[in-house]
Amino acid sequence: MSDVKSRTIKVDYLARVEGEGSLYVKLKGNQVQDVKLKIFEPPRLFEALLRGRHFSEVPDIVARICGICPVAYQMSAVHALERALEIQIDPAVRLLRRLFYCGEWIESHALHVYMLHAPDFLGYQDFIQMAPDHRHIVERALRLKKIGNLIMTILGGREIHPVSVAVGGFYKVPARRDLLPLVDDLKWALQASLETAKWVAGFDFPDFEQDYEFVSLSHPSEYPLNEGRIVSNRGLNIGASEYEKYFIEQHVQHSNALHSILRGRGSYKVGPMARFNLNYEKLPDVAKEAARECGLSLPCRNPFRSIVVRAIELVFACHEALRVIEEYQPPSAPRQEVPVHSNTGQAATEAPRGLLYHHYKLDQEGLITLAKIVPPTSQNQKRIEDDLWQFVPRLAEMPTEEIRWKCEQAVRNYDPCISCATHFIRLNLERE
Amino acid sequence: MTFQVIACGNLDRGDDAAGLLVARRLRQLGVPAHEQSGEACVLMESLAGAEKVILVDAVAAEDEPGTIQAWNANLVPLPRESFCCSTHAFGVREAVELARTLGRLPRTLIVYGIAGRNFQMGAPLSPGVAEAVERVVQRIATDFFSATSAENLFAGTVREII
Repeated sequence: MSDVKSRTIKVDYLARVEGEGSLYVKLKGNQVQDVKLKIFEPPRLFEALLRGRHFSEVPDIVARICGICPVAYQMSAVHALERALEIQIDPAVRLLRRLFYCGEWIESHALHVYMLHAPDFLGYQDFIQMAPDHRHIVERALRLKKIGNLIMTILGGREIHPVSVAVGGFYKVPARRDLLPLVDDLKWALQASLETAKWVAGFDFPDFEQDYEFVSLSHPSEYPLNEGRIVSNRGLNIGASEYEKYFIEQHVQHSNALHSILRGRGSYKVGPMARFNLNYEKLPDVAKEAARECGLSLPCRNPFRSIVVRAIELVFACHEALRVIEEYQPPSAPRQEVPVHSNTGQAATEAPRGLLYHHYKLDQEGLITLAKIVPPTSQNQKRIEDDLWQFVPRLAEMPTEEIRWKCEQAVRNYDPCISCATHFIRLNLERE
Repeated sequence: MTFQVIACGNLDRGDDAAGLLVARRLRQLGVPAHEQSGEACVLMESLAGAEKVILVDAVAAEDEPGTIQAWNANLVPLPRESFCCSTHAFGVREAVELARTLGRLPRTLIVYGIAGRNFQMGAPLSPGVAEAVERVVQRIATDFFSATSAENLFAGTVREII
């Protein structure tokens, strides 16, 4: 009979992530026996809900999938539908959509970097406990998030679940004078983002690297938001219409979310680290310089440094928002007429948490006959488990409570959005 | 000085609509009431600029749906387990507690929580929640029109089940 000690570590409710999930880890001595990231938020069945709806309703419906990344859902939806309907959008609309996405990246990244992830590195239970000791940091976080919210409100009508996005453009576009009040705020936000990057770069990071397959969009001249080919560091280079040939979703018994894998290759990683490693050259000089000062080198393969990469993307988003406002002239019409015909369209855009794929089929009356949505968290779910398989053995000598803390931190490296993925956290560590 | 009413929630997520339904009914009765999504930064901003606030939200509780709890948030922290349904773990409770830490709570902050059970997308109100909405409306409206100063509403009371 073996005298090797076994432990089960359970996190019954993962805090500081969106939605409901749990984590189960079984250890026998220093060996990991099992890892399950369990997503038990009920499936939300948006894909079924969309069937039979007119395509024009899709942007408003999919915005309801998530309270933190509704723009991402709207953008992937309208791009897929515009591809199906074979329409080209006005360049000014394209710019506005880029600004809209920057607003979402600013509010989402500020939330995750400061309020959800930084407490892990500083040893606080949550952001509220952190506040008395780091008041000026908390004030900076709140103002950054507020500026992201403001962009969302100006372009989308409100800070959550915006209502302005339409297939073919927007229902209403701002005048140039509506955007100019954002400039001073964004100049402050750019400086605050640089300070954010320096601050998080000073945290202690576990010495842990993985040989990831990174997957993100890649655009010839821009850091990706709305457009580009789907590429990886292992030679993948496809259009969105080929996504389902290369990526498959698998049902796993322990989760309500589907696991995505690359056919024949297994797990892969989407999100800020993937975008950064695959698109570094497209970052503006101010973000590249900040990355260098923060000690980030290519490729960055330590998932705990994702907090630094997110801060660099905050720098990018503020800089890009300022660039767009500088260039913006309103389009001749908020949106163009959309001639309806039966067709299929696919698109992927870069949600704050990574690649978000949508696929729609329309009938001759413009009604949705098929909808498929693959959110970033379900794409990262298997990769999170794979990280834990490799990370937990290093923790095996620690007390159970400390292992639990480190495992939760490792999950939060991915800023998982469980609500989006269910269509997900609680840690159970079992030592046998 | 009278108080302002801020109601939070989501009309499309079952019992989470309760707060917003209170606001709509109050306005029908002539009581100004603001609706918010519950996004923490926006709510903190509203709290920071206010003297006396009544905040209404749905809460997740073991109690029967429609049970109404009220907290004098100046005296007690809001319980984490009741306010667990928020946008990306940063919602109403986090806004109130962070405002407390930063010294930005209104002088008077009363929070009404209407217990719900079903917060799924598209779900109807649970039995008892609609009635609870009306009871909260009548209580707030009565206080408003009798010009009762909000801090007297809960004089000496920390938490109350109505």
